Amino acid sequence: MSASPTAQRDAAHTSWAWQVIPRPAAIVVNGLLAAAAAIALFPLLWMLAVSFMSPGEASAYPPPLVPAHPTFANYRELFAHAGIGRYLANSVLLAVAATALSLVFNVMAGYAFAKLAFRGRERLFKLMLGALVIPGQVAMVPLFLLLKHLGLVNTYGGVIVPALASIFGIFLVRQYALSIPDDLLEAARIDGASEWRIFGAIVVPLLSPIIVTLAVFTLLGTWNDFMWPLIVLSDQHLYTLPVALASLSREHVQDNELMMAGSVLTTLPVLVVFLVLQRYYIQGLMMGGVKG
Amino acid sequence: MRHVRALAGRQHVAWWFAGPALLVIAVFFVLPVVAALAMSLTDFDIYALADLSNLRIVGLRNYVELLQRPLFWKALGNTLYFVGAGVPLSLGASLGAALLLNSRLARFQPFFRTALFAPVVTTVVAVAVIWRYLLGTRYGIVNYALGAIGVPAVDWLGDPRFAMPAIILFAVWKNFGYNMIILLAGLQNIPNELYEAARIDGASAFARFRFVTLPMLAPILTIVAILTVAGYFQLFAEPYVMTQGGPLQSTVSVLYFMYEEGFKWWNLGNASAVAFLLFLLIFAVTLLQTRQLRRGGFAP
Repeated sequence: MSASPTAQRDAAHTSWAWQVIPRPAAIVVNGLLAAAAAIALFPLLWMLAVSFMSPGEASAYPPPLVPAHPTFANYRELFAHAGIGRYLANSVLLAVAATALSLVFNVMAGYAFAKLAFRGRERLFKLMLGALVIPGQVAMVPLFLLLKHLGLVNTYGGVIVPALASIFGIFLVRQYALSIPDDLLEAARIDGASEWRIFGAIVVPLLSPIIVTLAVFTLLGTWNDFMWPLIVLSDQHLYTLPVALASLSREHVQDNELMMAGSVLTTLPVLVVFLVLQRYYIQGLMMGGVKG
Repeated sequence: MRHVRALAGRQHVAWWFAGPALLVIAVFFVLPVVAALAMSLTDFDIYALADLSNLRIVGLRNYVELLQRPLFWKALGNTLYFVGAGVPLSLGASLGAALLLNSRLARFQPFFRTALFAPVVTTVVAVAVIWRYLLGTRYGIVNYALGAIGVPAVDWLGDPRFAMPAIILFAVWKNFGYNMIILLAGLQNIPNELYEAARIDGASAFARFRFVTLPMLAPILTIVAILTVAGYFQLFAEPYVMTQGGPLQSTVSVLYFMYEEGFKWWNLGNASAVAFLLFLLIFAVTLLQTRQLRRGGFAP
């Protein structure tokens, strides 16, 4: 070590220095992080491993961690006899439809609350924020009766319709839309552009980051939703994956490997969407701070 | 004059933009909430479901009867147990993980952040199914690991003493990543100069945490606590999948009780009353916490 004492001290302030000489504190911090990550990921990795085991293999002591002879038998069984293809299709259809439709509703409303003056706007917005404290479950019993009256119980519509607009979504878009400069919109108006054209040609492109964020939130939210689809869908053919999985898991209590394959099919799509778009998701989380 | 007309026209357009979403919220959220209050004052049951002429207004009878039912109190107690133990544990885990991630010594931050957050985006039902097997008495890996350090096998989901702790453990695992991200953002916003100043004053690492980090983080921590408490009061899918409310009703939550009351026995008036009591409870607790937030001088 020929470096002067000051140079050494400076080097110790850059993270590079710790790569050379790991200090005890660094070992503790990274060791704890690794342990936490192991706890967070282990159940998911175990699910994946067991889903490839042959029936009964996981029920052994000590519990096996990797399949002796990896097999797709559980997946084949799920598609051939448990009708999981149908549930998968239902989940995809409902999540995509609810996301696409609610984006249209929420983005339009969020923009209006940020940039279009109308009477009572601020009061209405405050009321909506206040309503965020009301848990959705309070509405469920009358909502069920309302949808029954409209003939929507036990249909795809019954799942989608209540999800068409959300206060949280409107709030998220509004916060983002506030940053659009008024001059830009005013200039377009002076040029004679209609409000719809301004929305389509100027506003939507400017809002695209928050639209992606809201899309990811809504997609994951509707995909993972359990209680409402459980209530409103009674016909098995319409079940979403979580509802079907809950019902299968009551029938097949002993079929470890089969249930893990079902869990993989349910969680993998959302995990992939999250991994691909996590930047947008995390951003929205930090912006909203806050999901109702 | 033309200006006024243009403005009026724009008002008109604004309603076209905001109207559809507001209509959906009014019809499918506000109306049902108001109707829930009204329904809770009736004896709406399976007979009224068939024919509305069987419906009678019973005033507060549903509420009075609920408060006399042991299972309702049991459900309330279980839910308070879940909130009381689950929220501090979750927040502790979130804060711990956020501090580790924020440490200058931490390596591979993006990887660790994603790994720790992964359980949040998974489907509750699916991961509850996984945990049911992990917590299995004979072949479960949790008991295997405990056995390795000499702890005898625990019947996690079959013993009324352990079923709720097991669900709490599961909920902490599933949820801590969410608040971790928010707290991490809060930590990153604390100006470095404060730490430098504390260091110059000779403050130890613990003192810096106690007198710089915690006070600076307090407002976010309180907001996160408010949201987590409100969320944890809505416990439902976990007991539905993992224990079906058992054993000995030790994991029946208020919402689980509402679900069975409403959609299994079709006592919809009763179920509405349960929903409303839960709402009032959440509202009261939120109010208390908000007051605490104000008193702390962090009013937003």
